[in-house]
Amino acid sequence: MEHIISLLVENKFGVLARVASLFSARGFNIESLSVGPTADPTMSMITIVTTGDDRILEQVNKQLNKLIDVIKVVDLTEHAYVERETALVKIHTRAEDRAEVFRIIEVFRAKIVDSTPGTYTVEITGDREKVEAFINQLRPLGIKELVRSGRIAIMRDEVKTAVDQRRRPHMVEAK
Amino acid sequence: MKLTGAEIFVESLKREGVKTVFGLPGGVVLKIFDVLYQDKDLDFVLVRHEQAAVHMAEAYARATGKVGVALVTSGPGATNTVTGLVNAHMDSCPIVLFTGQVVSSLIGNDAFQEADIVGISRSVTKHNYLVKDVSELATTIKEAFYLAGTGRPGPVLVDIPKDVTMASMEFAYPDKVYIRGYNPTYEGNKWQIKQAAEAMARAERPVLYVGGGVINSDASEELYGLAELLNIPVTMTLMGLGAFPGTHPLSLGMLGMHGSHATNMAVHHCDLLIAVGARFDDRVTGKISEFVPKAKIIHIDVDPTSIRKNIHVDIPIVGDAKPVLRDLLAQATAIVGGKKREGKTPWLQQIAAWQSERPLAYKPDPKVIKPQFVIDMIYRRTHGEAIITSDVGQHQMWTAQFYKFAKPRTWLNSGGLGTMGYGFPAALGAQRAFPGQLVVCVTGDGSFQMNLQELATAMVYDLPVKVAILNNGYHGMVRQWQQLFYQGHYSASRLEGGPDYVKLAEAYGAVGLRATEPHEVEEVLDEAFASKKLVLMDFQVDPYENCYPMVPAGGAINQMVYEDPPTDATRPAPAAQDAQKESISLA
Repeated sequence: MEHIISLLVENKFGVLARVASLFSARGFNIESLSVGPTADPTMSMITIVTTGDDRILEQVNKQLNKLIDVIKVVDLTEHAYVERETALVKIHTRAEDRAEVFRIIEVFRAKIVDSTPGTYTVEITGDREKVEAFINQLRPLGIKELVRSGRIAIMRDEVKTAVDQRRRPHMVEAK
Repeated sequence: MKLTGAEIFVESLKREGVKTVFGLPGGVVLKIFDVLYQDKDLDFVLVRHEQAAVHMAEAYARATGKVGVALVTSGPGATNTVTGLVNAHMDSCPIVLFTGQVVSSLIGNDAFQEADIVGISRSVTKHNYLVKDVSELATTIKEAFYLAGTGRPGPVLVDIPKDVTMASMEFAYPDKVYIRGYNPTYEGNKWQIKQAAEAMARAERPVLYVGGGVINSDASEELYGLAELLNIPVTMTLMGLGAFPGTHPLSLGMLGMHGSHATNMAVHHCDLLIAVGARFDDRVTGKISEFVPKAKIIHIDVDPTSIRKNIHVDIPIVGDAKPVLRDLLAQATAIVGGKKREGKTPWLQQIAAWQSERPLAYKPDPKVIKPQFVIDMIYRRTHGEAIITSDVGQHQMWTAQFYKFAKPRTWLNSGGLGTMGYGFPAALGAQRAFPGQLVVCVTGDGSFQMNLQELATAMVYDLPVKVAILNNGYHGMVRQWQQLFYQGHYSASRLEGGPDYVKLAEAYGAVGLRATEPHEVEEVLDEAFASKKLVLMDFQVDPYENCYPMVPAGGAINQMVYEDPPTDATRPAPAAQDAQKESISLA
């Protein structure tokens, strides 16, 4: 089963290498990986998508926790979460196809970020299914180049929001 | 007062209570060696090969319970330590290894004697550091010692560029360490401990299975209390020998691939296995799917990754062996009302029956020295009190089988990695820690030749260890496997061209003794143990003796082989085949 693991780590050199080599040394596969700083500049967030049965995931989780530079490990798949991925797609555009490309872009709420007489470069952001569906729609028209970011994800804060609303009833009324 | 990085280094080690550093100098660490030259408080042991320095530091750590320290130069100095690091990592030994690095401005430029040792050692250390600025040096050293010695102990590497040793700054050594991603659990979960104590009090056929973790956390006393209170037999892993006295009636000795019949049968048939500081290595479990088929398992380990890594566990307890066993003992005492369970229970009677059915034994021979006989004689002379180190192979297993360790921290060998070449430097490290103690290295002719250059180190620092070489002219364990599983094809296991060990000892100014017949063994041992010098003993043992019982790799631990299979007509006996080979080579 696919798991999205969110790792809060020290923002130091070599940390990504430690995480990545932990996966390779134990033969665990990384399907996607993305890294960036958090609101606190001393920490970074790594999002890893991996697959495995419960036993493998338990090991992945414990081994990641064991790394000295890893502050927190959360398997988001055990919670409600929001995920996003961005893709940049460069498409061949012949005159007769342009209307079709526009239609697809419209439907997916994607954005043209660059254009030349023969190509459009389109940006799409969404969960993986949406990005996949978009790419599949464009494929017959001729994709010249495709770049996908790693997936990022964040836990939904449902419970906390409900508590907040109970404490501050005026905010509920305002809706 | 401003200190240079090199001075900060030496001062920091002193603050950590370091007395002895093992290592070898080189270009980029000369500034540190210059400070050491003027400093008389820190002993530096100059080795002949960096691998040995790490083994010495490791053995020093294991024998004393302190953190061992080694210092080497960059590039080849650093890469020569890798085997030592992996060894310490697999056996959870606390060491801090300092490697020199080329000047910061040259890092990444393929400079002379540059190696990315932080990258190379990443997967074989508990943690590692590259010190980028002299301002980080003291804090990094403090953290390194803290990480090495706490939680599940392990090796920590600190890479120090040359310019960091030259730069200077105000010295302030931190009192405390705070690493937000590192919070080992020491106390076990109270509810789980209660469950475990109840299960232990209820079990009819319990076995305690203890490993090196009990020794690392100095939990022998608690273990002893618990085993005696509930009358539970104790088996030890190779790393755990000494955690429980080998002569105690409840001691089952070692289990696993070369464990005794009774021990493996007891483990196989138990209804409750209580694993403490042991990690279910494949040499212990044999075929995983058939390991302890009838038992519930309690697993106590400070490292959560060890739990449920190889085997399903019913009651996991994350925590340090000492406090967890202490709490278990308290709980169990309350449950049984403080009354010790004594006498031979049906379970202990069954184990005794297995023991008399197939005791751990060897057949003495009047003409040929049996290797087990040498171990037996060493045991009789030392009563389990000496520090014994071993290398890897048949001699290691025979030592584990026939030497009854009385105390923890007296058995130093390479468990997890199986490093040939470990034993002799380890003996030197232990001897340096305990100058008055008898330290015996039991080794093989193959293993000893992997680090024999340290004879020089031993002589220079007057480390009078006693080396017993069980010389069979083979990589014995390899030969045994080839005999049993590869139709007697002794491919590359015959060791020809070995030195005359008596002359070798004499060449270094040590004492060399030889025994070629059984009646000489005791004489040689007595003379060696009476000597104040380093003694190399060459015991020319039966080359075809095999280590039994044995669980063939991949088999279940109750399916053991107890003796050489009958030689069939199509395959010459090992001796005959060997003779044939020799005659061919002569022709």
